[in-house]
Amino acid sequence: MSESSSGPIVDLKQVVKHYRRGRETVEVLHGLDLSIERGEFCALMGPSGSGKTTLLNLIGGLDRPTSGEVHVDGQRIDSLGSRALARWRSDHVGFIFQFYNLMPVLTAQRNVELPLLLKSMSSAERRKRAATALEIVGLADRAKHLPRELSGGQEQRVAIARAIVSDPDLLLADEPTGDLDRATAEEILDLLQTLNRRHGKTILMVTHDPVAADRAGRTVQMDKGSLLEAA
Amino acid sequence: MGWLHLVRRNLGRRKLRTTFTLASIIVAFTLFALLGGLNRAFNAGVELAGADRLITTHKVSFIQLMPVSYTRRAAEVEGVEAVTHYTWFGAYYRDPKQQFGLFPTDLEKLPEIYPEYTVPEARWDALMGNRIGLLVGQAMADYYGWEVGDTLPLFSSIYPQTDGDYDWEFVLEATFTGTGNEADEMQAFAHYEYFNEARAFGTDLVGWLVTKIEDPERAPEVAAAIDARFANSPTETRTSTEAGFAAAFTDQFGNIGLIIQSILACVFFTLLLITGNTMAQSVRERTSEIAVMKTLGFTDRLVLALVLAESLAMALVGGLIGLAIGTLLIDGMAAAMAQFFPGLAPSPAALVTGVGAAILLGIATGALPAWRAARLRVVDAMGRR
Repeated sequence: MSESSSGPIVDLKQVVKHYRRGRETVEVLHGLDLSIERGEFCALMGPSGSGKTTLLNLIGGLDRPTSGEVHVDGQRIDSLGSRALARWRSDHVGFIFQFYNLMPVLTAQRNVELPLLLKSMSSAERRKRAATALEIVGLADRAKHLPRELSGGQEQRVAIARAIVSDPDLLLADEPTGDLDRATAEEILDLLQTLNRRHGKTILMVTHDPVAADRAGRTVQMDKGSLLEAA
Repeated sequence: MGWLHLVRRNLGRRKLRTTFTLASIIVAFTLFALLGGLNRAFNAGVELAGADRLITTHKVSFIQLMPVSYTRRAAEVEGVEAVTHYTWFGAYYRDPKQQFGLFPTDLEKLPEIYPEYTVPEARWDALMGNRIGLLVGQAMADYYGWEVGDTLPLFSSIYPQTDGDYDWEFVLEATFTGTGNEADEMQAFAHYEYFNEARAFGTDLVGWLVTKIEDPERAPEVAAAIDARFANSPTETRTSTEAGFAAAFTDQFGNIGLIIQSILACVFFTLLLITGNTMAQSVRERTSEIAVMKTLGFTDRLVLALVLAESLAMALVGGLIGLAIGTLLIDGMAAAMAQFFPGLAPSPAALVTGVGAAILLGIATGALPAWRAARLRVVDAMGRR
């Protein structure tokens, strides 16, 4: 059911997530409540196993909570079927991964075009949009390069271009600087800040790095499946 | 970029593996087209056989001879329109290994029994006026480069003349064309009188009878009547339809269809394993990529369709190339082996079946990896990294 888009872009209510590990049931998230406002740049920090990635997966519609409600961009997504959820993801969320996850057989341009295959638009329009996204991340001159011909930082820029090419309101980044050196990480964080401030993208970034978290306007700490504080 | 580009790039990611798999598909389908053509050649006699003609052979074996007088006696059977006889001459031109069908026969009866053969009238008269005249199928004349009027020194591997020589002299007086394919034009006919008088043994004996009947519906009845006429004689007969005779002749070599099907079944089973393994490996290596595609919004069905499209594309490309090569090879072999396999030609039925087999192969080899890719859970796949 669609709701008003004037409220928070992410709104979690009493979210619980269980996993089955053999015969054992493990509770990863314990009744979480979290709101993220539109246009926020929020860092999610916490030790390994605290449930950060699980939370990100729930917000991104990659997984469903055991109980509770997940509202994103005005839509309750935890009750959507898998096809509807896939379509919703292609329209509303952009994902950025630690290891970039580009298709090694496609050029930068075509990697960025990939999400647009799901949209009804001409190939010329797809090319144009991909070129614009690459320009935003500063890689217009690398459009014809394969991922193996790019540096780590450049690969992550292409991945960011792929995440924004469909113009989603929400970007979910899972350790986007975790595989990069400090200087390159700073460049990527600059880019994320630009997307947040200049292009109005809401960003939720999982990170272990306090320096990266400092770039966010808000930091949320997690431990053992619970939110500790919201700064 | 379109879907096709994505499929093509995915197939090209491991070029060596794709090339080997494609090569194995091409070889299998080349073999498929070749064996299809061969099977057709073996069955050409059956296809060409007329429903209104019966063949009468010696009851023991068709290589045993029977009296020429049987021709007249068979003609007296009710329901018989005309009868002629054939004898296998064992002819060759220069190379003893290249025997061809030359049949001493009652040439006057030929047009009545084989109306599908066309001979120019003037040449027919010349043929009938020359006792050593020879009637040759146009395809055979073309193959050996013979012209009307040529004197042909032919050899018999069976019959010497009364002077002990195995070489016979014939004059090519006429050629005939058939309404079927080239198969029925790869034979020759000579005057039985000349052959019968000149041969050193077997006088007044013939190989088999060919009977044209008035009503094809009564074929079993007429065949039984012919055999009954020669029952309890030293030379009993067995009469069957021309198609039945041709099928029995082919069966001498064994059940060609079954042999070919068995070979192909083995080849395709192996191919199924090879291609299936390639597809399974290819998808397994891309687990995280497939997970990313799903993250981007690719539905399970779309992922299934993409993997199936890859396996279908590989099977179809390999299959079509293989069938094309097989067809070209058959065409080349048909010219070179016309005297052995006059019906050798690409089999349209085999080609259609081949395309169907390629589609089936694509679906069969892609189904399991595609299903697994579709079922893949993003969180599990990303967690395995």
